[in-house]
Amino acid sequence: MDKVVKTLREAIQLAGVKDGSRISFHHHLRNGDYVLNMVMDEIASMGYKDISVNASSLFDCHLPLADHIRSGVVTELITDYMSGGIGAQISEGILEKPVQFRTHGGRPADIIKGVTPIDVAFIAAPTADTMGNMTGKIGKSACGSLGYAFADAMCAKKVVVITDNLVPHPLAMRSIDETYVDYVVAVDAIGNPAGIVSGTTKITRDPVGLVMAQTAANVIQASGLLKDGFSFQTGAGGATLAAAQFLKGIMLKEGIKGSFGCGGITGYMVDMLNEGCFQSLIDVQCFDLKAVESIRTNPNHTEVSAMHYASPDAKSAAVDSLDVVLLGATEIDTDFNVNVHTNSSGKIMGGSGGHSDTAAGAKLAMIIAPLSRARLPIVTDHVFCKSTPGSTIDVLVTQKGVAVNPARPELAARLKEGGIKVVDIFELKEAAEKLCGMPKPLVKGDRVLADIIYRDGTLLDRIYNVR
Amino acid sequence: MSTLKKASCGTMESSDAYMELEPIAAGVQIDLQSVVEHQFGDSIRALAADMLQQEGIDNVSLRIVDRGALECTLRARLETLIARAREAGGANA
Amino acid sequence: MRRSMLFLPGNTPNMILSGDCLGADAIILDLEDAVAPDQKDAARVLVRNAIKYLQFPGVEKIIRINSLDTPYWQKDLDEMVPLKPELIMTPKTSCAADVLEFDAYISALEDKLGFERNTVKLLPLIETALGVENAYAIASASKRVAAIFLGAEDLSADLRCKRTKEGKEILYARGRMVMAARAANVDVYDTPFTDVNDDEGIRVDAEFAKGLGFTGKASISPRHVGVINEVFSPTQKDIDYAYEVMEAIRIGKEQGKGAVSLHGKMIDAPIVARAQQTIDMAVALGLGREEA
Repeated sequence: MDKVVKTLREAIQLAGVKDGSRISFHHHLRNGDYVLNMVMDEIASMGYKDISVNASSLFDCHLPLADHIRSGVVTELITDYMSGGIGAQISEGILEKPVQFRTHGGRPADIIKGVTPIDVAFIAAPTADTMGNMTGKIGKSACGSLGYAFADAMCAKKVVVITDNLVPHPLAMRSIDETYVDYVVAVDAIGNPAGIVSGTTKITRDPVGLVMAQTAANVIQASGLLKDGFSFQTGAGGATLAAAQFLKGIMLKEGIKGSFGCGGITGYMVDMLNEGCFQSLIDVQCFDLKAVESIRTNPNHTEVSAMHYASPDAKSAAVDSLDVVLLGATEIDTDFNVNVHTNSSGKIMGGSGGHSDTAAGAKLAMIIAPLSRARLPIVTDHVFCKSTPGSTIDVLVTQKGVAVNPARPELAARLKEGGIKVVDIFELKEAAEKLCGMPKPLVKGDRVLADIIYRDGTLLDRIYNVR
Repeated sequence: MSTLKKASCGTMESSDAYMELEPIAAGVQIDLQSVVEHQFGDSIRALAADMLQQEGIDNVSLRIVDRGALECTLRARLETLIARAREAGGANA
Repeated sequence: MRRSMLFLPGNTPNMILSGDCLGADAIILDLEDAVAPDQKDAARVLVRNAIKYLQFPGVEKIIRINSLDTPYWQKDLDEMVPLKPELIMTPKTSCAADVLEFDAYISALEDKLGFERNTVKLLPLIETALGVENAYAIASASKRVAAIFLGAEDLSADLRCKRTKEGKEILYARGRMVMAARAANVDVYDTPFTDVNDDEGIRVDAEFAKGLGFTGKASISPRHVGVINEVFSPTQKDIDYAYEVMEAIRIGKEQGKGAVSLHGKMIDAPIVARAQQTIDMAVALGLGREEA
């Protein structure tokens, strides 16, 4: 027997998709993904309506989804992140029901608990065998880790694997195995390699970004956490990557042997692993070709599920052992609450991803952000929406000084002792307003565009339309 | 009051503004495109109108493409623009 | 204290606005080479407004105006002198007469503005063969001259030699500049290292300049600022030794000794003078000791 089905349409039928079905996707193919559109177009052409889409993230390559929303094919969206193009559509109010934003850790927890049940999971697999064993590490559309797809595979009533590299059974290098899979469909291409992973992730050349990155590395050093066994996560944003680079310099100079690097992995983290800064990488998602190559070949570079990465319901998750995480922000308020869901004009262009999971887990959660962007102050009285609670944020690094959460006076003292310029967050707000002028505040409308669901399942905040 | 010529100033780079001014028969028309329209659009238009009025200019069409310029930058660009519009012989006469 | 000076293009708001947070002790707002001839007017107004409204707290402002052989320099000074920048950098300064020409124009402006004479100091940029040969005359031409600055790019063109990373071609000029500046009792600043991506090269170049006696060094890239600051700051060892010297001198005086030695070496007046310079700089950097 094998599970290969000739066409996607047939697989959709066999899996029992019908009006009102709840279907899911992962985002490992990032902005190069063809699978979500492929499936949704087919479902639309089959005449189904009222579909609930649970996608771990949505990118601008998924813009056709907006048409399916307008035509009533899709009536519910559950996701962890949404990039600006599709966010702008949602911000225009095309979807009746509020989008449910979760975190990368909260999403699998709610799938497993049955809060967000999945009828059919459509899993894009860069390589799969005829029984559904699959991996992201090889194939022309290789994306490395398939971490976000594990919960979907394990819990969906039906699982359809879609691959552009169908191989004979058994596939030895598998990350999700056949025990979960119902159907396998071969297609010409599951994605555009150029959009799946970038060739290289580039470090910022922006002078202000570099100043902040250097300061962030100095803060980590002064925090006392940078010693043997150190664990670390950074985003792929320009300044946070540059900070990782400076940190690497310090670790190599001082001979510090860390334990693990975590999260979305870039070539810079791979370099740190290879040069002995870490014993291993805990990889839920690969950002560039070097990371994909490394996870395929280096046994110390390990693939983990989103549960293992960040689930609040796991008996332990990697984020719980994190020493330091470097994160970005669109806005941060004087209570250290962070907005990463919208831009400064209130338009949706992001999401928690692992932001609030890592902030909750790490001993030192740092935000790196300039005082202002394009005349808009980053530090405000109140964020437009709360993505990550201020109680979990320890430090804000700007080009004009470092603000420490007042709940962490011992940390502030240590940083001062280490020669860091520690300032009050209100001073930073004033400095930004003096520079930029007072922006006219956004006025919230009465339409709820999205609910921000915290990793523990509680409603953290709501995103309203802007009047 | 001197006659005005068509003039331009500034760049489209981030934190700058590009501006063009052209004399018209009567009145002041300000056309603003700004990345911070919501937060600062009104104040940018008011600043431009103010500076034109202070200079006694009441017959121009002004186009501003703002890329998030600070007020001191906007003032500088407007000042240069007005000076250029009044000049007969080029930017540095 | 000016260890590092960072050039910023005068007509680029994005670069200028962050001038006070890039780590440089001084910023050089450039109206000359970084500004196209048809944008000189715009750059003047932009730099003037930036200084007026942003002030750049904690950073010295230096303005590089245009040279005497251009039609721009008087207008540059008209706009800039009222702002009282810490220094005005005058390019292509080749003889004492050049300094005096700027000096006279600025004096007239100062009188008109009601400023005390010599409020605005000059930083002659020496970047011609004639300028290097006249370095002492330039450095001592006027009370306005606070320091001199070596510009190696234009100089090597004038010398008809290739500008290299090693900089052997400017060794004489560097030595001559330091000699002239110290003889005239003014500071002296070294030319930028132009390979923005060579992190090791900038360190070697800065250390060499420091070894020759330069006060500090300019940079065209924010990336070099950190290294320059580090190289031109006293090390903890330097500071500790300086305090030891001062302590030994104090004890020697108490005991009425004529000659004082430390670690078996005689401490003479130049060593004491150097120790005092190190301590002054350490204090300015916040590395000094309370009691000293």
